[in-house]
Amino acid sequence: MTSKDRILARIRRAVPQPGPQAAPGPDADIPRDYLRVHGARTPQERVDLLAAHLAEYRARVHRTDEDGLPDLLGRLLADAATVQLPPDLGFGLPSHPSLAFVPDRAAQTPRELDRVDAVVTGCALAIAETGTIVLDGGPDQGRRRITLVPDHHVCLVRVPEQVVDSVPQALPLLDPGRPLTWISGPSATSDIELDRVEGVHGPRRLDVILVGARGPRPGPGTRPPETGSQ
Amino acid sequence: MTRTDLGMPAFPDAAREAVRDGVLRANLRHATHTIRDKRARAVAELEDWDRLRAAGKAVKDHTLRHLDRYLLQLEAAVTAAGGTVHWAVDADEANRIVTELVRATGEREVVKVKSMATQEIGLNEALEAAGITAYETDLAELIVQLGHDRPSHILVPAIHRNRAEIRDIFRAEMGRWGRPAPDPLGDDPRELAEAARLHLREKFLRAKVAVCGANFMVAETGTMVVFESEGNGRMCLTLPETLISVVGIEKVVPTFRDLEIFLQTLPRSSTAERMNPYTTMWTGLGPSRGADGDGPSAFHLVLLDNGRTDTLADETGRQALRCIRCSACLNVCPVYERAGGHAYGSVYPGPIGAVLSPQLRGTDSEIDASLPYASTLCGACYDVCPVAIDIPEILVHLRERVAQGGPVTRHGIRVRIRPAHGHTAERAAMRAARLLLDRPGALRAGERLLARARRLAPRRLPGPGAAWTDTRDLPSVPAEPFRDWWTRERGTPQ
Repeated sequence: MTSKDRILARIRRAVPQPGPQAAPGPDADIPRDYLRVHGARTPQERVDLLAAHLAEYRARVHRTDEDGLPDLLGRLLADAATVQLPPDLGFGLPSHPSLAFVPDRAAQTPRELDRVDAVVTGCALAIAETGTIVLDGGPDQGRRRITLVPDHHVCLVRVPEQVVDSVPQALPLLDPGRPLTWISGPSATSDIELDRVEGVHGPRRLDVILVGARGPRPGPGTRPPETGSQ
Repeated sequence: MTRTDLGMPAFPDAAREAVRDGVLRANLRHATHTIRDKRARAVAELEDWDRLRAAGKAVKDHTLRHLDRYLLQLEAAVTAAGGTVHWAVDADEANRIVTELVRATGEREVVKVKSMATQEIGLNEALEAAGITAYETDLAELIVQLGHDRPSHILVPAIHRNRAEIRDIFRAEMGRWGRPAPDPLGDDPRELAEAARLHLREKFLRAKVAVCGANFMVAETGTMVVFESEGNGRMCLTLPETLISVVGIEKVVPTFRDLEIFLQTLPRSSTAERMNPYTTMWTGLGPSRGADGDGPSAFHLVLLDNGRTDTLADETGRQALRCIRCSACLNVCPVYERAGGHAYGSVYPGPIGAVLSPQLRGTDSEIDASLPYASTLCGACYDVCPVAIDIPEILVHLRERVAQGGPVTRHGIRVRIRPAHGHTAERAAMRAARLLLDRPGALRAGERLLARARRLAPRRLPGPGAAWTDTRDLPSVPAEPFRDWWTRERGTPQ
């Protein structure tokens, strides 16, 4: 008798089943009367809540539109010499001569990646109620490790379309077959006297840029103001 | 559970030691009260908390009732996604499987994500005996490992240590395991975390094999889920070539959708956050079957029984298998707050440990027989439990088993156990009481005799009864038996 058979036999003795027809699916047994969303929000309020919750966990939150993005990225990456990029970020990038962009390649070793200063990615979606961004390894996000090993992660969220209210709204939009990484603020520990310390093993800095649709062509002095970095 | 800590003192003895330690008590009090208050605020944010709690309970109960079906479904899904599933009846078998898997890679070291299941089976010790070094990478587990210590809390295993103690451990021990601590090293948590980051990064970058547990496994999709905060989990789950997960069979849930409940209740109950910083979900080797370097190229899942099916066979006790290891019950427990985690003599401390350990390991040892008594039955643990485990109910049930013996399932076989040693006096007293209560005439005569001799009644009991009266007043004997008084006042004999 294999261990599998022994374990299954023990289970069947422990919880005898009346018969296969009496075994309902989970839906018959599980009350789903909990809320799909906590409160009603306009798309704008949803984005604001996301920003507030991200900031509360010490991510730095920025807002811009597609036109303002290269400039903002240029400023956020000012102290980075090398920047890792996913296969297809889908946004325009700054063109500073001092910035070296490194593509995400399977052959790259973790040690090579460790020498990279920053990484810029998109995300699969973001959840306002919990202040979470979810990555699923799509072409605008790249391999899991590129958002893990470098010290600085800049994540772009298209607003309002990539923002959902709640966890129950997020799950049906995600493909469990893909590797999923849920990120709520930068790496943190509270293991020493429960003092929260950011940046233990993952990126020490997390910048989240909420990118709105392309605005009206900015004339001189009409650039939409970017709201506060945290 | 085949691994037992031999010679572990019973709870009252261990707790007595612990309460004398003022530093430990202060550390614990600060920690438990801080998390407790934060948690209450995080939970209050969700107006549907009670419904989420009921749904979480229902998911777990449903899964346990059909556990065979969901484990088979899980195995099929993991296998289809390129993983390999192993089944382990007990700790020895699980340790053997993991050791052989590591050996097959030719590696002599593994990095580990904090996991209660691997602690329960003593995996690190088993690997060490096979010449393989296991490095704990969770900061608290690192502190415990470097300090040659034992974890004392499910979520924050080094909760009993303060910053000065941690600095001393890092200074003395880090160099023997790899990169030494920076010199000088202060005791600021920031500085200590940085020392851990430098020490561990070397290991993450060279590790070829990682061992982890899982918070949830989804039967429908074969998805594994790990909740964490530091990123050490992501490092171990992503960078090495081989990933081995050791997971208790009770961690399976039926559908991907079920995660919507626990993603809301687990972080709020454990770290008191809306969401923990990192959650990783992976399914087998992923869509590329690990060929594109995104994650490991080999994935093994070891499904662990080790007393869980025996626990499942007990209708009252099985609800302990709903536990999602959030540790909320530890932080509200007045007994844990004073005694600390080590007194429970198990990797599962606190109220949940008091019901889980005696079920997984049986009540043969002194420590396991004493654990059901390590509680005031105040019920706070039940109130905070996000899957509504009625811990007081199980405690009372287990006390009955310890005191009276009775039928239990051990290693899959139904047996009748004898009352635990040390309860003979109690049972003798109960037998004497029954003898008397069954004979009203004798009882009345005895009561009258006692009332007449009440001046002679001692304030403290002699012999073994002294243990009771050392800390309690003996009730005074009334001047007249109640039934005599009734007859005199109301005139009708019963």
